Amino acid sequence: MTNSELNRLKDKAFQWFGIFCTLIGLVVLGIFLINILIDGLGRIDWEFLNNLPSRRAHRAGIYTAWIGTLWILTLSSLIAFPLGIAAGVYLEEYGKKNRLSNFLEVNISNLAGVPSIIYGLLGLEIFGRVFGLGGSLLTGALTLALLILPIIIVTTREAIKAVPRSIRDASFALGASKWQTIWYQVLPASFGGVLTGVILALSRAVGEAAPLIVIGALAYVPFAPKSPLDEFTVLPIQIFNWISRPQAAFATNAAAAIIILLIITFTLNGIAVYLRYRWQKRVKW
Amino acid sequence: MSKKTYKLEAKDLNAYYGSFHALKNINIQMEEKAVTAFIGPSGCGKSTFLRTLNRMNDYIEGFRVEGDILLDGRDIYNRTVRVDELRKEVGMVFQKPNPFPKTIFENVVYGLKIQGIKDKKVLTETAERSLRQTALWDEVKDKLDKSALALSGGQQQRLCIARALAISPSVILMDEPTSALDPISTAKIEELIYELKEHYTIVIVTHNMQQAGRVSDHTAFFYMGELVEFAKTRTMFTSPKHERTQNYITGRFG
Repeated sequence: MTNSELNRLKDKAFQWFGIFCTLIGLVVLGIFLINILIDGLGRIDWEFLNNLPSRRAHRAGIYTAWIGTLWILTLSSLIAFPLGIAAGVYLEEYGKKNRLSNFLEVNISNLAGVPSIIYGLLGLEIFGRVFGLGGSLLTGALTLALLILPIIIVTTREAIKAVPRSIRDASFALGASKWQTIWYQVLPASFGGVLTGVILALSRAVGEAAPLIVIGALAYVPFAPKSPLDEFTVLPIQIFNWISRPQAAFATNAAAAIIILLIITFTLNGIAVYLRYRWQKRVKW
Repeated sequence: MSKKTYKLEAKDLNAYYGSFHALKNINIQMEEKAVTAFIGPSGCGKSTFLRTLNRMNDYIEGFRVEGDILLDGRDIYNRTVRVDELRKEVGMVFQKPNPFPKTIFENVVYGLKIQGIKDKKVLTETAERSLRQTALWDEVKDKLDKSALALSGGQQQRLCIARALAISPSVILMDEPTSALDPISTAKIEELIYELKEHYTIVIVTHNMQQAGRVSDHTAFFYMGELVEFAKTRTMFTSPKHERTQNYITGRFG
């Protein structure tokens, strides 16, 4: 076999290996999805979405859980969105390149890697106990906001960095201040990227159970929360609770709830992909 | 010695990027309503000097200026000078056309809007006037609300000039304004420069000797951060005083 033949063979082999690696993840996900759909799809109906939790599996619903999830999503995005963007803008546009900014930078990346249960403990102590918010929606939202803040900061910085120098120059040369340049040029041009990051962060938050269990979100909440200070539960906790019960009927409930949770996550991801596409089409340099 | 006052003047100007000495003892005077061209090989300091004239280097960390730059006799690096006021007086056009990713109209009136001018009538009138000045009006009048990024490179550059004119500066700095353009667009911009000098003082950095010869009244030759020679363009191109200038303009180096 000649050398070039061998090279071509290696090329082919690696190509197949790559395809194989790509497929592993997809196949596993596919099997999981089919499994869940078979188990849970029949259980989803209007009543399942509108019923309160119950000890009897066939009467139990996820009303309190998905209302709680929506509350948590809204509140934590309201908290994390402005904070994360402001921090990202500061670090990228105002922060001088010195020891302090290096320190901040490294630690923000570190924060993104801290296990979520640690955030739960932090939230329990600070928001739950020190601020006296207990196991309320607000405690949960603040905790999850902390959890997703590093992701939002990092993606905001990336999006801002992608705005070319020439646009800033043009704005400055016309007499704009730094803030005007950020507000009228940099943020609008990077907004698609920022929003994508926020949505992806939220779709992570939506699936979190651990930190919320720690702060005391309960699986059994008899009524849907009506204000940020009410007790609450969310879908992942409801799922966790049902799965840990011995009866088969609850496993079916869990599968059905997983489908609803997946729908929410996929919808959020879909919106993110769409926004990125729109943004890339609109802004070409 | 005549007591002539100049539009722009640099006195013993030195500039540094950190420890790098980018401009060395520059002394130069630029006349009002004339075109001054800066030429010289890459890295000679001509763009750096251009950018000190509207303080665009202020944002570069480690950049530092010593000496004076006088605009109408006033030192622009004086502490009492506000940079945004200075840039209303000294407009700039860049090497690559850099329209904002917004509509043509929004591009032209951006400078006015950030000054807080909201009057629709003022904005539309200024937009039309500036676009007419750059001979762009007839080409874009029906698509003012279309994205500026859809224009050709040459049109984009004329839009950038219109955008600079809209805030009524008295000086326009041009940093190699045609280096990214085709010959026909280049010719249009040069024609435009010729018309604009009736009302504006223009300083242009160019790599193109013929361009400097065609558009400028005075030419300054920079080399290694120093101003080697500064003279009437015709004089410099026909009988340069320094050998280095001669070598550069005849294409023997650079």
